[in-house]
Amino acid sequence: MSAPLSSPTTQVDPALDEDVAGATPWQAVVWNDPVNLMSYVTYVLQKIFGYPEPKATALMLDVHHKGKAAVSAGDKDKIEGDVAKLHAAGLWATMQRT
Amino acid sequence: MNGWKRAGRGARTRFVATLEEQESTVLRGLVTEVTQMLDGRTADTPQDELAELTGMRTGPTSRPDDRVLARLLPDFTSEDADLAAGLRSLHEPELIQAKKHAAESVLTALPGRGGRVELTVEQADEWLAALNDVRLALGTALDVSEETPEEFPEDDPRAPHLGVYHWLTFVQDSLVQARMQVL
Repeated sequence: MSAPLSSPTTQVDPALDEDVAGATPWQAVVWNDPVNLMSYVTYVLQKIFGYPEPKATALMLDVHHKGKAAVSAGDKDKIEGDVAKLHAAGLWATMQRT
Repeated sequence: MNGWKRAGRGARTRFVATLEEQESTVLRGLVTEVTQMLDGRTADTPQDELAELTGMRTGPTSRPDDRVLARLLPDFTSEDADLAAGLRSLHEPELIQAKKHAAESVLTALPGRGGRVELTVEQADEWLAALNDVRLALGTALDVSEETPEEFPEDDPRAPHLGVYHWLTFVQDSLVQARMQVL
């Protein structure tokens, strides 16, 4: 499933990734952790993605009860940026192919 | 402190709280400590010639050994080790930069001997990120889990630190509640 590339330099080359990421969208996943506050996670999802409060709350509750939730989907560049923003906010997030 | 209150509207929105001197000192100490850990991570990453030539800083490819730093700077993906290494190298310098910027915002606005703090919306967002980083650092060091009690037994050496952790939780949650009123 994954298309391992030999070095970091080639991995971040968008041209090389196009055939993989273009056809197969990616998603950003937020994982449950014992420190992050439920209120803060909701706030971060509202702020980063512009989600209305009910949607942000529902996603936060998914993270809390199911251990994780996909919070956004799209091409590789977008999701990479989303995960970077989530990390800057201190959420435990990863990206994966759908 | 009794929590944050929102004042003003629109562009004049402010978030206001009053900190005791001791609270101010504790927060300054913890935020400074996190900044120093991040600086240590940067110093541990030698720059190659290409980076110096282009001015484009690249980060390390491997996860920090230190578990606090590893929590502050998590992997981008768990599915593909090569991809995780590449994305870390690409993004870690900017993430450290963002976290240091948020920390600096706290250090700048904190009253030296306690007193009134007044934050703009932008500053409040920076404080929230920095408070969260401090709680992540302390929470990881204390092994906080869903089952962590309100208090450790008195003779537990971690007891005072858990008190600080819970206080930080209150400070952050109170600021989130005030901030969400104007999202």
